[in-house]
Amino acid sequence: MDFSLTDEQQQFRDLVHRFVASEVKPTAAEVDEEARFNWEAVGKMGPLGLLGLEVPEAYGGAEVDALSAAIAIEELGWGCGSTALAISAHNGLALGPVVRYGSDAQKEQWLPLLASGEGRLACLALTEPGAGSDLQGGVRTMAVKEGDSWIIDGNKMWMTNASISDVMIVLCRTDPAGGSGSLSQIIVPSDAEGISIGPAEKKMGLNGSPTHAVNFDEVRVPAENLLGREGKGLQQTLETLDHGRIGIGALAVGLAQAAYEEAVQYAQDREAFGQPIAQYQAIQWMIADAATEIQAARLMVYYAAWQKQNGRRFTKEAAMAKLFATEVSERVCRNAIQIHGGYGYSREFPVERIYRDTRLMTIGEGTSEIQRLVIARHILEL
Amino acid sequence: MKVVVCVKQTPSTTAVFRVQNGSVRWDDPGGKPNVVNPWDEYAIEEAIRLQEKHGGDAIALTMGSEESKEALKTALAMGCTEAVLVADEAFEGSDTLGTAHVLAAAIRHQQDVQVAVFGKQAIDGDTGQTTIQVAVKLGWTPLTFVSEIKELDPDAGTITVERLLEGGKETVSSRLPVVISVVKEINEPRYPSFMGIRKANRAEIPTLTAADLDLDAGSAGKAASKVDWANVYELPPRDTSVEIIEGDTVEEKVKKLAERLLAEKVI
Repeated sequence: MDFSLTDEQQQFRDLVHRFVASEVKPTAAEVDEEARFNWEAVGKMGPLGLLGLEVPEAYGGAEVDALSAAIAIEELGWGCGSTALAISAHNGLALGPVVRYGSDAQKEQWLPLLASGEGRLACLALTEPGAGSDLQGGVRTMAVKEGDSWIIDGNKMWMTNASISDVMIVLCRTDPAGGSGSLSQIIVPSDAEGISIGPAEKKMGLNGSPTHAVNFDEVRVPAENLLGREGKGLQQTLETLDHGRIGIGALAVGLAQAAYEEAVQYAQDREAFGQPIAQYQAIQWMIADAATEIQAARLMVYYAAWQKQNGRRFTKEAAMAKLFATEVSERVCRNAIQIHGGYGYSREFPVERIYRDTRLMTIGEGTSEIQRLVIARHILEL
Repeated sequence: MKVVVCVKQTPSTTAVFRVQNGSVRWDDPGGKPNVVNPWDEYAIEEAIRLQEKHGGDAIALTMGSEESKEALKTALAMGCTEAVLVADEAFEGSDTLGTAHVLAAAIRHQQDVQVAVFGKQAIDGDTGQTTIQVAVKLGWTPLTFVSEIKELDPDAGTITVERLLEGGKETVSSRLPVVISVVKEINEPRYPSFMGIRKANRAEIPTLTAADLDLDAGSAGKAASKVDWANVYELPPRDTSVEIIEGDTVEEKVKKLAERLLAEKVI
């Protein structure tokens, strides 16, 4: 057993850390406060490989292993939750299915553009006003074949990146009869006629990552835009979410690490009753617990990524990693505010923002409750 | 066109130094103890830009130990087309002159080099001498503190650059080949890429020895150096004290501060 990163993985980590420290972290508070997307930093990510982490080199991607991809998202999360979420969704939720299920022509059309950063980002359209985790029964967005086209009608919700995307991977019902074989994924250019993107949602955190409701009104795309096989949309989506959960787990670890570092620094600087508060056991315990839990969460995320890159089943491991890492992150960020006292509640200090950001991680891409359901089903073979 | 960029592996900017038994040791608790000399990143970027514009090769070259390959890998990951390590026990103990002698031989060994690029200085020795010394050894024109390459015509064999001086800028032209040192105003170094890192890790980095460069024992290393480190010791701690200037208004505090600074002959 070997817990050390390979030289190459370590070099990737050093590179992303350095990039994030100088290009992403310094503007994290500003993008949240102004609710704007950090195009300045994202514009520089293409040449590094951050916009095509698991895209094959042949299509202009970085083609890194799953562990390196997780580390990249972790480092981005350490710098800025909003930017990390957008990049995680772009890579894991949107480019991932194109890489796995796309035809050569689809890959050729979209991957070089999106991985290089010459285009904008990509996004996945799943959730609807009446469908969250119950996609099979809940999705009402319909795609009807008409000649050489699909005609799409419906409404999607909570679409990360919708307004900053060039392309959407839309889950549609292609068989009105319903059932697990009634859904399909269709590639839809974001500027297609009939798409209206609503204003950015007002959220508790992650304000630098735009989230939208999107309406599809008789949106016509060529029949060859079907991604993967007709009727396999649900399976493809669930697989995609397995991959995405490693990303959200990694992002949560990054957020926790950032809050933890702030808390340790503050505890050493801040004095109360004549000595730094780090001298008091109440603070030491919170710091020790945070360090321990972050280490455990990180190892679980890395283990799920390792399972994935070695071609093993990782659905349960990804769910466990996401469940544990996101809940750890909430606790660590909560205690980081506690250590900061009143200042922690102020927007002057970053822990307030990180706490708001990490709150989504136990919800997005499957709530903690859904993760427990996934884990239990695997254990009990339900 | 063939461009050589000379790089150096130096202690990181946040390294902590200590002296032990007459030798300097360092570590960086927050990261890697050694990095590519930060000034050299601008030199690497400029060499890559020249290669991208004019074709040919951008060859990264360093003199040092096996560990210095890390600096070369960074140059490759950024986009240099080749890298060469110059290493030999005979080079140990070189001062800038000894180093320049070896680097000049290594640059000559590459054949047909038209531009050799350096960072303006290395952050460890901080002398900024090596560029000039290499130019003298090669018999090429040194163009130091370059902030812009305004024109370069490899076929005509001419170059025009802007140099950053203390009181202004000057534009100078020269025949190729030249040795240039660059300042940070010249460009914004790119980040390496994942793809570049992978390429760098797979690259074969050849090592040139004293024998490869036809250097005899007397012309390299300590024997060729003029500087002798007779004694290395830690700086004695400096006595400092803090004085808070009191006053009812800002103006009063500023006046008192100015008086104190004048009295101490600081201003």
